Amino acid sequence: MRRMKTFLRSISVQARRRRLARPTPFAALLLWALVPLRPAHAQAIERAPDTMEARLQPCAACHGAQGQGVANSDSFPRLAGKPAGYLYNQLVAFRIGRRHYAPMNYLLEFQLDPYLRAMAEFYAAQRPPLPAPAVPIVSNDVLRLGQSIVMHGDPSRGIPACSGCHGPSFTGMEPAIPGLLGLKPSYISAQLGAWRYGTRTATAPDCMQIVAGHLTEGDVTAVAAWLSTLPSPENAAPLPRGTLALPLACGSEPS
Amino acid sequence: MENIVKMPLRPRNMRVRWGRWLALAVALCLPIEARSQPAATDTVAKQGEYLARAGDCVACHTNPGGKLFAGGRPMPTPFGTLYTSNITPDAATGIGKWSADEFYAMLHTGRSRDGGLLYPAMPFGAYTKVTRTDSDAIFSYLRSVVPVSAPNKPHDLRFPYNNRSLILGWRTLYFTEGEYKPDAAKSGEWNRGAYLVQGLGHCAMCHTAINALGGSSEAQAFQGGLIPMQNWYAPSLTSNKEAGLGDWSIADISDYLGKGVSHRGAVYGPMAEVVYNSLQHLTAGDTRAMSVYLKSLAEGSPPGAPVSTVAGAESSLLMTLGKTVYDGHCASCHGAQGRGLTPQYPPLAGNQSIQMESAVNPIRMVLNGGYPPGTAGNPMPHGMPPYAQILSDDEVAAVVSYIRRAWGNRGTAISARQANELRSALLD
Ligand code: HEC
Ligand code: HEC
Ligand code: HEC
Ligand code: HEC
Ligand code: HEC
Repeated sequence: MRRMKTFLRSISVQARRRRLARPTPFAALLLWALVPLRPAHAQAIERAPDTMEARLQPCAACHGAQGQGVANSDSFPRLAGKPAGYLYNQLVAFRIGRRHYAPMNYLLEFQLDPYLRAMAEFYAAQRPPLPAPAVPIVSNDVLRLGQSIVMHGDPSRGIPACSGCHGPSFTGMEPAIPGLLGLKPSYISAQLGAWRYGTRTATAPDCMQIVAGHLTEGDVTAVAAWLSTLPSPENAAPLPRGTLALPLACGSEPS
Repeated sequence: MENIVKMPLRPRNMRVRWGRWLALAVALCLPIEARSQPAATDTVAKQGEYLARAGDCVACHTNPGGKLFAGGRPMPTPFGTLYTSNITPDAATGIGKWSADEFYAMLHTGRSRDGGLLYPAMPFGAYTKVTRTDSDAIFSYLRSVVPVSAPNKPHDLRFPYNNRSLILGWRTLYFTEGEYKPDAAKSGEWNRGAYLVQGLGHCAMCHTAINALGGSSEAQAFQGGLIPMQNWYAPSLTSNKEAGLGDWSIADISDYLGKGVSHRGAVYGPMAEVVYNSLQHLTAGDTRAMSVYLKSLAEGSPPGAPVSTVAGAESSLLMTLGKTVYDGHCASCHGAQGRGLTPQYPPLAGNQSIQMESAVNPIRMVLNGGYPPGTAGNPMPHGMPPYAQILSDDEVAAVVSYIRRAWGNRGTAISARQANELRSALLD
């Protein structure tokens, strides 16, 4: 009985593949006989696609199929092209509840490390085009302040240049410093705010906590606005590991 | 056993499941005599580790990202917050001074080393069935873990629930002390399954209705309940109207428990924690034994009665909208006919768990989506997207009503209000 079913099944698959072009009369008869008995027959042999794209459909709802971010949302960040080590660290942080966003904490709560790594590697390898730079809604003075902090820091207040770690064209550095391109100003502000208030933390020493701790609210607005106006660089890939000597030690980025 | 050691531990979402102990009573103190404990051999400790997995001690006694068995995990209840105990062998703050006798007495009677009554949030109502040999093995395993110095946090319960003597009333109504007694009329496999399900598995803690007094009574064991503070419904395991395991194959029940996915349904919600931390680590033999026992519980109970198929104008509108939402958002995975692409995408047609009287689970699935737990048998699960940010309350109500009634399913329609009420469930 079982064998018979397998046999019938294989015929019907082949027939479907050939779009029923020239089924043998025998197979055609069988197929016809089969239809009223097992209407769901075709379904029984289909499988969920064994791909990362299929597995990451829940994430695509908010981050886009390639992790490009969702155009009409202010808070769903771009993931594509960020270093895999950085993305993995974030997924672990969401899983254990160190980083908070309830829908993601819930989705990841019972997933294994190798799966989180595979997710991170999937998004790290995507290269969808960056969105067009944002049209700034702040004054030129604010933009100038933003640019100055990002490019040069403010040594008098202990703020290192952001570019010293995130790279001169803000593409990040392997293995665990993220690029800052393609992010909405509201997302950047929210993350810097979360570090200032201690609701987002990274492995100690948490260099971003030190950096964000020195920024005023006005600095945050300025920095976020200026970063979001940057055009995409020719090469959006993160810098190789060790390219930059970091101005502060970061627990997540071994020097 | 190898993988038991290596799996990362994930403690349970502690918005948990257990009864009230409203009735008043007087506290008794039975001092328990301390005796010296036997030296643990390595194999005994290994066996104990396996049994501690079966008992899911880690779910409650370890904080997320915290030290193994150091306790301090908050358990919110309707009466305040309990904090679990440090059960590492630290002499000052853990159970380092306990003897095996004292440990067995605690599991068996629900009384602490000093004779004080324990809150039933520690599932001693189930653990009382554990044999002395198994208790000793768990104890020697606990003696072998790294001691952590972490004083127990005092519970934060409102008056009068902060008075432990209230527990006595709960115990009178709901607690029967005693080890598991094998049923000679049944197979060894069935008895092994019953021992694990009723004892270490403490399945009835969730799968039992919380009655007026909040206890789960013996007579109602496994009859299904809405888990307080958590807004999930654990279906009855004894009835074919709910989980209805009576017509599942043993292979499907075993896959569900051991891998987290099966051709009949996938694991989600609080059950995901149970499979992740506990059930996936059991041997194939023990999983099968549990499946044999669970199947027998539901066998013979009648299937649900068909609901009237005559639909009013309003409900046919709901079904039309529901079908539109379903075809647009759901059919790509669950199939136009609700047959799913099993085991990754569970079937919805004929799936008892979405037709139960309580519609909490399918509503929450649609709002929050989910992944079955990662297991050795299914390490990279396929998942379902959340729809909370995409569908309106009306659309959620329509699609949930649709899947509860289409394809011969016998569930009832739900309202937009019911959908709305569960929107915040994930966030609190
Ligand atoms: C309901 C929408 C939603 C879904 C579904 C979702 N995410 Fe997110 N994700 C977010 C939001 C919002 C944030 C930013 C949270 C914050 O403010 O910290 C985020 C942050 C992240 C980050 C950190 C990004 C960074 O640059 O720091 C990663 C990585 C990520 N998500 C991966 C995933 C993966 C993988 C999935 C699927 C398993 C997923 N997300 C599903 C909304 C979502
Ligand atoms: C000393 C190195 C260093 C400096 C200087 C630095 N960063 Fe970072 N930044 C990091 C690291 C490392 C991370 C990743 C932290 C983690 O793993 O969560 C990070 C993460 C971020 C993120 C989160 C990105 C996301 O996708 O969620 C933002 C935003 C950010 N930095 C902005 C800035 C700004 C703005 C400045 C300058 C004011 C700055 N950083 C300076 C090292 C640095
Ligand atoms: C559902 C949550 C839960 C699970 C599962 C659980 N415990 Fe507990 N346990 C508690 C709580 C809550 C307390 C504190 C009870 C009290 O103070 O009355 C506790 C207390 C204890 C104590 C200390 C008792 C005392 O007298 O101080 C020990 C020892 C213990 N548990 C061992 C275990 C072992 C071993 C397992 C697994 C076989 C386990 N627990 C599983 C919740 C749990
Ligand atoms: C923390 C609470 C909790 C505990 C403990 C628990 N369950 Fe569950 N269980 C649930 C919830 C909630 C569901 C519904 C979600 C689902 O179907 O995945 C469920 C579903 C199930 C189902 C599927 C029913 C169906 O029709 O799909 C089975 C079988 C089951 N549990 C068996 C067990 C066994 C056996 C144990 C003990 C080893 C156990 N459960 C312990 C909460 C729990
Ligand atoms: C990308 C594929 C996908 C899509 C699209 C999808 N689901 Fe699911 N669905 C799943 C998976 C995977 C599970 C198992 C999730 C789990 O175990 O946490 C599931 C589980 C369910 C369950 C619980 C089944 C059970 O056994 O009790 C219900 C109900 C459900 N889905 C309804 C829907 C509805 C309604 C929609 C459309 C609004 C939908 N799904 C869209 C993949 C999908």
